[in-house]
Amino acid sequence: MYKTFHKGGVHPAENKLTAESGIIDLPVPALVTIPVTQHIGAPARVVVKKGDNVKTGQIIGQGEGFVSSNIHSSVTGTVSKIEKFIDSSGYNRLAVEIETSDDEWVENIDLCKELIREITLPRPELLKKIQEAGIAGMGGATFPTHVKMFLPQGKTVDHLLVNGAECEPYLTSDHVLMLEKGEEILTGITIAMQVLGVTNAVIGIEKNKINAIGYLESHAAKYNGISIQGLKVKYPQGSEKQLVKSILKREVPSGGLPSDVGAVVFNVGTMFAIYEAVQKNKPLIDRIVTVTGRSLRSPSNFRVRIGTHMADLIKAAGGLPENTGKVIGGGPMMGKALNSLDVPVTKGTSGLLILEEKESRRKPIMNCIRCSKCVSVCPMGLEPYLLMILAERRFCELIEDCHIGDCMECGSCSYICPANRPLLDYIRLGKARLRELKRKKKEN
Amino acid sequence: MTDIILYTIITLSATGVIAAIILYLVAQRFKVFEDPRIDLVEEALPAANCGGCGYPGCRNFAEACVKSDDLKGLFCPVGGNDTMAHVASILGMEAKEQDPTVAVVRCAGSFDKRLRINYYDGPASCAIESNLYAGDTGCVYGCLGHGDCVMVCDFDAIHMNTVTGLPEVTDAKCTACGACVEACPKHIIELRKRNKKDRKIFVCCINEEKGGIARKSCEVACIGCGKCVKVCPHEAITLENYLAYIDPVKCRLCRKCVMECPTNAIHEINFPPRKDEDSGEQEISALNGEQIKSESDLTNNADI
Repeated sequence: MYKTFHKGGVHPAENKLTAESGIIDLPVPALVTIPVTQHIGAPARVVVKKGDNVKTGQIIGQGEGFVSSNIHSSVTGTVSKIEKFIDSSGYNRLAVEIETSDDEWVENIDLCKELIREITLPRPELLKKIQEAGIAGMGGATFPTHVKMFLPQGKTVDHLLVNGAECEPYLTSDHVLMLEKGEEILTGITIAMQVLGVTNAVIGIEKNKINAIGYLESHAAKYNGISIQGLKVKYPQGSEKQLVKSILKREVPSGGLPSDVGAVVFNVGTMFAIYEAVQKNKPLIDRIVTVTGRSLRSPSNFRVRIGTHMADLIKAAGGLPENTGKVIGGGPMMGKALNSLDVPVTKGTSGLLILEEKESRRKPIMNCIRCSKCVSVCPMGLEPYLLMILAERRFCELIEDCHIGDCMECGSCSYICPANRPLLDYIRLGKARLRELKRKKKEN
Repeated sequence: MTDIILYTIITLSATGVIAAIILYLVAQRFKVFEDPRIDLVEEALPAANCGGCGYPGCRNFAEACVKSDDLKGLFCPVGGNDTMAHVASILGMEAKEQDPTVAVVRCAGSFDKRLRINYYDGPASCAIESNLYAGDTGCVYGCLGHGDCVMVCDFDAIHMNTVTGLPEVTDAKCTACGACVEACPKHIIELRKRNKKDRKIFVCCINEEKGGIARKSCEVACIGCGKCVKVCPHEAITLENYLAYIDPVKCRLCRKCVMECPTNAIHEINFPPRKDEDSGEQEISALNGEQIKSESDLTNNADI
């Protein structure tokens, strides 16, 4: 029985070009740029100086404050610059640039490929290791994992949900990870279950990844309390709130978190990172990135060191095709077009999509024809056309009453709109204006 | 027959009289007293309802004036000192004179000076583009050129120059209501003191990057070299975050800094041409001559 959520959702073309291609290890790049803000929350404090020699896995940024995350060097080499570098939004942010000389890992990292199933450490130690490894949500939200695992008082959780839905078209990084590192993910889930003190874990996987469902099901019997749940193919199946609704039939209240209804949701990539951090002492210094696009010569899934420049990834996938219109960081629905190819891979980069000039172009904006398709596809039950009008006209208070804060920017409304109206652009603007208004109110 | 007409008239008139009495009593009972001076003050205001004073409309501003004890902090930028003096005389108070101001666009990164490094194809709105990313040029501080400022101007005082891709203010029409200052997501537009003959000297750049980065992204960026700070005899120029700023109150319009700036980031507008001394200066004065011409053209049009 495949489960799904019932409110809204769309079915974009899947285009999973790289589902069969496996994981390829990208050679260590000659230069990495590691930003200090790769997560939600306070930027990490840089603890190395220019000219310092660092080893692979050595800490270079210490998490500051409650919601923050550590940053580690992903290569061995010399710190050449600590200054502002361009990031994916085009703004300059502080980053550490390291020139690679070698690939010598910090001593306590276990580099052998062997699977370790037994979890020997007690709960506080596990949490500490996750925190030290600098793990942040690998699905793209990059919320520090140790903070998410630290449940506030009075909240009890009975289910751990693991998101293997990967509903974004084109992306296959989670898919190949589940196929190649299935047991590691299952061990990671067991660790997370121990930390959270829950006995049930469900991995939600869309049915277009039937081999991943089969593979994980065949191994899940060895682990207590883990089950696999097939999900119907529908975007945004992998969103936190939609996943809770699909699997547990519980609705997260407006403005609330899944922990309000007794669930915590993690990405499969995060589970793999937890496994590596706890069992192998390896901090989060690499991740799987899908480099894809119909015009690309060899689209692939690469295991990439954090801080590798996007240009290196494209080179490895056959070079940038001539008729490229846009290079998108992430998937086609929620990703953002990149400003420059010198942008580094961060903890939240799940894919790199190259679109041809023809397919990347926006269509001309026409008048709203009141078809209400945007309302019917909104998975949060909002009214995107209304939010757009209100945002455009600066009705900030009204916008809040219309629950703009519940919008997760999945882009279903913009995708479905027959008049090509830029609904999501204006909703984002509305959110920004509301934030501004709240900040001003707070100041006064 | 006549009876019916008579009775009808009597009943209807009686109902009318009773209703009138009730309405009169209710109106007396729930009467809202409104200071008659509010109407007078409102009449004295320009009725632009632009919000430049900080109130939603002229009526609200008039109410605030009447309530206020000394008109402190209340100023109508559209009407200026004359209007405020009139308002003060109605209320029997004294208005404090304020220097008139004018909106100044502090970006000179025209198409030929600041190259586009990518192509933005989203909705034509500066607010949206700036919310999404840094912009389509290398300068993250520069004008995005979609004209949000033009859209909000109630006085037709700001227009996009299609050749440069930058907005231009018509000084004669600008009332300094501040709507464009609010609308600009990059905070490029500033209200500066209005000088005699609309003369202006200002740093036409807000790029706070180090010199090299700023210059790389735009030919006419302020690189924070500090030459203007040294040359200024009135200590009107300050340098902060690699960006020079000329204090409009302290500046005496001596034009020494303009000559000194290596990137021509300091603009002088509405000045007579200089007496040329060497070739370098000739170039500058020629540039300013052009600006004066375009400015005076605009002003002439405004008068028509």
